[in-house]
Amino acid sequence: MHKFIPNTKNDILEMLEVIGVKDVNDLFLDIPEEFRLTNELDLQSGMSEIELRKHIFNVANKNKSIDELTCFLGAGAYDHYKPSVINAIASRSEFYTAYTPYQPEISQGTLRIIFEYQTMMSGLTGMYAANASLYDGQTAVVESAIMAIQSKRKCDTILVSKSVHPESRKVLKTYLSHQNINIVEIEMNDGVTDLEDLKGKLDKDVAGVIVQSPNFFGIIEDIEPIVEATHANKSILIQSVDPMSLGILKSPGEMGVDIAVGDAQCFGNPINFGGPYLGFIATTKKLLRKIPGRIVGESADKDGKRAFVLTLQAREQHIRRERATSNICSNQGLNALLATVYLSTIGKEGLKEVGMQCINKANYAIKKVTESGKYALKFNKSVFKEFAIEGKNDVAEINEKLLNENILGGYDLSKEYEELNKVSLYAVTEKRTKEDIDTLSEILEVI
Amino acid sequence: MNYDKLIFEISKEGRRGSSLPEMNIEKKELNELVPEKFIRTSELNLPEVAEGDVVRHYTRLSAMNYGVDSGFYPLGSCTMKYNPKINEEVAANPKLANVHPYQAEETVQGSLEIMYDLSGMLSEISGMDTVTLQPAAGAHGELTGIMLIKAYHRSRGDLKRTKVITPDSAHGTNPATINMAGFEAVEIKSNENGEVDIESLKAVLDDEVAGFMLTNPNTLGLFERNIKEIAELVHEAGGLLYYDGANMNAIMGKTRPGDMGFDVMHFNLHKTFSTPHGGGGPGSGPVGVKKKLEKFLPVPVVSKNNEKYFLDYDRPESMGKVKGFYGNYGVMLKAYAYILTMGAKGLREASEMAVLNANYMMNKLKDYYKLPIDRVCKHEFVLDGLIDNHEVSTLDIAKRLLDYGYHPPTIYFPLIVHEALMSEPTETESKETLDEFIEAMIAISKEAKENPEILKNAPSTTNIKRIDEVRAARDLILKWEK
Repeated sequence: MHKFIPNTKNDILEMLEVIGVKDVNDLFLDIPEEFRLTNELDLQSGMSEIELRKHIFNVANKNKSIDELTCFLGAGAYDHYKPSVINAIASRSEFYTAYTPYQPEISQGTLRIIFEYQTMMSGLTGMYAANASLYDGQTAVVESAIMAIQSKRKCDTILVSKSVHPESRKVLKTYLSHQNINIVEIEMNDGVTDLEDLKGKLDKDVAGVIVQSPNFFGIIEDIEPIVEATHANKSILIQSVDPMSLGILKSPGEMGVDIAVGDAQCFGNPINFGGPYLGFIATTKKLLRKIPGRIVGESADKDGKRAFVLTLQAREQHIRRERATSNICSNQGLNALLATVYLSTIGKEGLKEVGMQCINKANYAIKKVTESGKYALKFNKSVFKEFAIEGKNDVAEINEKLLNENILGGYDLSKEYEELNKVSLYAVTEKRTKEDIDTLSEILEVI
Repeated sequence: MNYDKLIFEISKEGRRGSSLPEMNIEKKELNELVPEKFIRTSELNLPEVAEGDVVRHYTRLSAMNYGVDSGFYPLGSCTMKYNPKINEEVAANPKLANVHPYQAEETVQGSLEIMYDLSGMLSEISGMDTVTLQPAAGAHGELTGIMLIKAYHRSRGDLKRTKVITPDSAHGTNPATINMAGFEAVEIKSNENGEVDIESLKAVLDDEVAGFMLTNPNTLGLFERNIKEIAELVHEAGGLLYYDGANMNAIMGKTRPGDMGFDVMHFNLHKTFSTPHGGGGPGSGPVGVKKKLEKFLPVPVVSKNNEKYFLDYDRPESMGKVKGFYGNYGVMLKAYAYILTMGAKGLREASEMAVLNANYMMNKLKDYYKLPIDRVCKHEFVLDGLIDNHEVSTLDIAKRLLDYGYHPPTIYFPLIVHEALMSEPTETESKETLDEFIEAMIAISKEAKENPEILKNAPSTTNIKRIDEVRAARDLILKWEK
């Protein structure tokens, strides 16, 4: 028997006798004969741990990781510092081998962490409450749009700025095309949401407006006039936000935003080739009951001791079925744990410092890269940790040359924005040093 | 342990748990870099704690938790099997984990190869033609699958199909998914054997039906013996058949959804393929389809050309994207390691032993607990509370199990069994563990007769006792405040 299966031959015989059948195959006679497999599946035979390690070593060696490269690539997936504490805690199997906390009496560890996470995320975003997490930043954008539609029953349109992450807009389009909801894109003006275009598109059918700041180009958008225009139209304003910026930049809540969403991969989660990441959603008291997914609340046990439970479950699929606010069942529990431990470790001053290092180093990089005159900053706006640089060569060509020097170059914006030909989006986190940036600009100069 | 702190309550001004290197560039103040109106003015509510404080706090919280590594976890429909440690090691391999999703394809050939091969292995296990790994969880896979069904009908100009059918034993995510995909959910009754009632199915099948979502074995742990007829009826009506893969652990190497006539399905890598549940996620919900649905799969599809792997976006009929990037890759790595470790024979043995264990437990318990349908089950079975005892509820039994040191079975699901206790032992538990649990269940059934108050007051040995859930929903406290 396989090493993960403890039943011995004798155990099996004893158990079969209790059941009253002779052979294990007798337990599968309810499968119609024509569908029963007679041959073994066409898979390799099982590997020992020694063989598996060797195999993984070989396959993994076909990759080049960001440990071997200097990473200036971001665009929604970021190379931030991860304190060693995070992995030490996340490796505790009391956390990672547990299920959703359906039995709160023996799940207080998970529940308390989610409660701490909700506290941190609602505080950072300046919103009334946050849920226990969603799949990722992209689906969080979708869920916020659905919340807007559900709160504005007579409306059938969502406006979304072109400066929102292209992947978010794509996922939004997939979902909403099944619900007869129109998506109208708001044009950009010099890399940010065009306020006049937005105003022109706001009408009685618009349930919600989605913007991103810092936006896909790293630019800090002027959110308050957008909030004002949106609210004047009685629509809901949704802001997707890089939570790493919130140590220093004005929070969505402070600007009157109704729903704040985004991806908190940046908080202690590995970059992992795009997943699993950590979608977050936070909202006002007014919209709270429209929020999808799990929420943890404080209560007390029968002895009056403080205790935590999943709450507001009447919104969810296992109770409400087809009338649920979403079909979502799981959250990203372990990713939320990583983020919570990250935020606890990095702390109040640490998050400000990370933010200050990102913004200072990004600005230093802009200065260095554009110094020679060969490259120019595409949009003359305030940025947080990313910026768009226009050069004279194709981005693919530049990146190939950078890769030869073990540098992971910026994101090729022409892939998603035709007009941004030869424009590259660079990301500079607190992990990049002066030397990294100087090297990048020196190499760029000679391309 | 009697620890009742939140991280905020051990915070003290001036403490730090992290340090960053000095910036050796000229540091500008924030107001030199951005306009004043963009600067945060409100205080941050993050804790100020030393590194050791963080570790001790979360270690203490971990002691308040119960995972598969802590003990038996027969939570039905969740497949709480042992999570092999080698899986964790593989997923943490820095050359696999520290890879950016937008890196050039030639620098991520290892990751793409794993994804390509994992898709192939899942296709073989399920009998489907192609598998996308993009969906993030089971419910997300369902949604992707139902959207694929819509794309299929739309492409044929068949626009009047607005309904999707589920049996009344279905997971709650099924009807919620149907609604979210813009269809109308139609529920049909199960028959007295706990299976799809063929006559009820016939009665709702017409040219407005887009598909039928079925779990097989179903949520009662029973194999739908009429699956062939069901598939024929649905297909004759022009609908497609969806397989909810939550119960896949019963059938690996024994039968395949693709062979039974299912057109589209999802897998739960976090159930069948041993990846940990993480206290509620991340999961991973790949979707398998038959050939006729292949062209509608989400972009990108991991493909291979001349021994080179690449992300194929050039798929004009694709339904679009359902998630950022390519799916929960970190979870895929664990499932990949698991399948390689098990091999074909190991997977078959896993399903055989999962089914053996469930039948053994069911037979041992049916003299004490009501068994609504007495026939061979698959990997799980559903009891309907105690025999002839209306004083204690399933909730009381579940809470008493906590005192005995177990995570209880799933309770009050499926909805068609009033006092449902749904147990799924999995193949990774020994006969001794099952016997001890069975003894506990029998002891509880005796306590229920002799001293029901013990059950009603349970749990009594846990640090936290039964919690007032009504109060949590009424006096909403969703965050810590000073």
